[in-house]
Amino acid sequence: MGKGRHGWSLGLAGLLSPVTIWLGLFFLVPLLFILAYSFGKSGVYGGITLGFYPGNYLKVFNPLYLDIIVRTLVIALTNTLLCLLLGYPLAYFIAFKGGRRKHILILLIMIPFWTSLLLRAYAWVVILGGNGIANRTLQFLHITDHPLDLIFTPQAVTMGMVYSYLPFMILPLYAALEKFDRRLKEAAQDLGASRWHTFWRVTFPLSMPGVIAGSILVFIPSAGEFVIPNLLGGARTVMVGNLIQQQFLEARDWAFGSALAVMLAVLLVGAIMFYVRKVGAEKLEGV
Amino acid sequence: MDREKRVSRRISRGDFLKAMGAAGVAGSTLSVLACQPNTTAKSSGGGGGAEEKKLNLYNWADYVAKSTIPNFEKQTGIKVTQDFFSSNEELLAKLQAGGTGYDVIVPSDYMVSIMIKSDVLEPLDMSKIPNFKNVGKDFKGLPYDPDNKYSVPYQWGTTGILYNKKELGKLEPSWEPMWDSAYKGKIGMLNDPRETPGAALYKLGYSVNTTDQEQLDEAEAQLKKQKPLLRGYFDSTQNRPSVINGDLLLGHVFSGDAFLAMASNEGLDYLIPKPGATRWTDNMAIPKGAEHPDNAHKFINYILGAKTGAALSNYTYYNTPNEAALPMIDDALKKLPGYTLDSSVFKRLQVIEDVGKATRKYADLFTAVKSS
Repeated sequence: MGKGRHGWSLGLAGLLSPVTIWLGLFFLVPLLFILAYSFGKSGVYGGITLGFYPGNYLKVFNPLYLDIIVRTLVIALTNTLLCLLLGYPLAYFIAFKGGRRKHILILLIMIPFWTSLLLRAYAWVVILGGNGIANRTLQFLHITDHPLDLIFTPQAVTMGMVYSYLPFMILPLYAALEKFDRRLKEAAQDLGASRWHTFWRVTFPLSMPGVIAGSILVFIPSAGEFVIPNLLGGARTVMVGNLIQQQFLEARDWAFGSALAVMLAVLLVGAIMFYVRKVGAEKLEGV
Repeated sequence: MDREKRVSRRISRGDFLKAMGAAGVAGSTLSVLACQPNTTAKSSGGGGGAEEKKLNLYNWADYVAKSTIPNFEKQTGIKVTQDFFSSNEELLAKLQAGGTGYDVIVPSDYMVSIMIKSDVLEPLDMSKIPNFKNVGKDFKGLPYDPDNKYSVPYQWGTTGILYNKKELGKLEPSWEPMWDSAYKGKIGMLNDPRETPGAALYKLGYSVNTTDQEQLDEAEAQLKKQKPLLRGYFDSTQNRPSVINGDLLLGHVFSGDAFLAMASNEGLDYLIPKPGATRWTDNMAIPKGAEHPDNAHKFINYILGAKTGAALSNYTYYNTPNEAALPMIDDALKKLPGYTLDSSVFKRLQVIEDVGKATRKYADLFTAVKSS
């Protein structure tokens, strides 16, 4: 018996070691580098002297940077809520009313993933541009007589972010709703609950794992976004991602860039822990 | 005809920048430093033997003529591999990470001086670059490398304003139009922490390299005043199509982008504002530890040849520092306003220099403006 169990765990160790080495080398080690850099001292021309200079973290509290961090979190939160509001009805529809076409519908949501985010962002630049399809359609329908400024606005950034991250919300929601036992709904209605009541007291709570997973999957990359504000917003808004990139390249302040990256990571982990604790960790089981 | 075709088929620096951006989307900022060139040439012989017939060139995207590299390969039998960078800062970060395998790089002026101070360049052996004699005297011994010990010029240009002459009429050379509320929402500035604060400094009559806090504060105030009038901050290669298709009336651009736009659109014009504007020079240099320094010298000498230099500028639309190449520059290009500069214009141009620690002041200034 003991021998068998021993052999089994050796096998498991064998299977797990490639992924452990991979994550260790390419995830943990770079992360430790950033942590070490964040306490280092930047050379004037880039490069870094390791040491203990907590000043990099104090600099984060400069109102200029703090403002950008707060704004980034607000943008990420807004994006998460919008994705949830738009994604939930769609996931619900596919899971419960999709019937035999379910898989095709889910496939349609995943197809955009097959092309690069960059191409899709550029497509929006073309669609929303002064001579773009959107403006030409509006003019054709006589809704406006001159091209509207649709691209390079804060609204274009919001739209681009929702567009990019919506599938990350829909897929976990669908996975949670798809497993949902419909008899529970029938039972609730048999017992006299209204449709609305059934949804809020039965369906929605049971789909919580999907809500949590989707929210996290949308919130984290949204907070790190730096391409969409530049491409669709005309770089008129600065997010933490843009700031970090600028510190590493133009300002050549690797230490401060690393401190910002660590702060962002800490904030995100904190926000997620708070969120999961608030809605209940036990609901995550079964994701 | 075939010029127009060529113009529309060009891949721009900006597009490349976007591709790099996408590569970065997935993950960490450190990826910038972790990239390796797709060549890891190792010299076959140890020590004094002849170099293998290879050269690794690290250049801006779309910055050689179609014939440049094939002709060099034909003449010398040296196989050239070209990789691309999208900003001077990216180039520096990569060299500092070490072991790049590149033999020739193309940094701009201020970056050459940073690289000299960071000790990442190999001194040039001028006896192997006889064509250096072709370089015009205005482009020899520039402040960033006074004795051309480490670098020789590749191409140069200016930074100015590309605008819609058909809509606005002929404009006086000035920065004022970029602050004119009549053009609200139709102005695009460069997304660049030196050029855009620089435009405000020029407008105020200050040096583009000032480190005086009061002058910088004034520039910041100017840019904050300008921001509500802007469509946004873009790359030069993004401003070019926006001015062409009418999304913008005025775009802050590098001269080559302006000339490309004007070559196919008669209604556009380029101006070099008074009282000051930027002149910049890109240069060839050899990074420390290059594995094919002999080939690198051969390549640099080849580029400085009269014919090669002319072909280069006739393709990129930037100016050539190569005096011997000037007679072979296309007439159509020479006729464009702002391509051939008389000395009064040339005199008002300033060169962006490295400002050491104050670089961060400029970065912060620009961040403050963009997030205002």
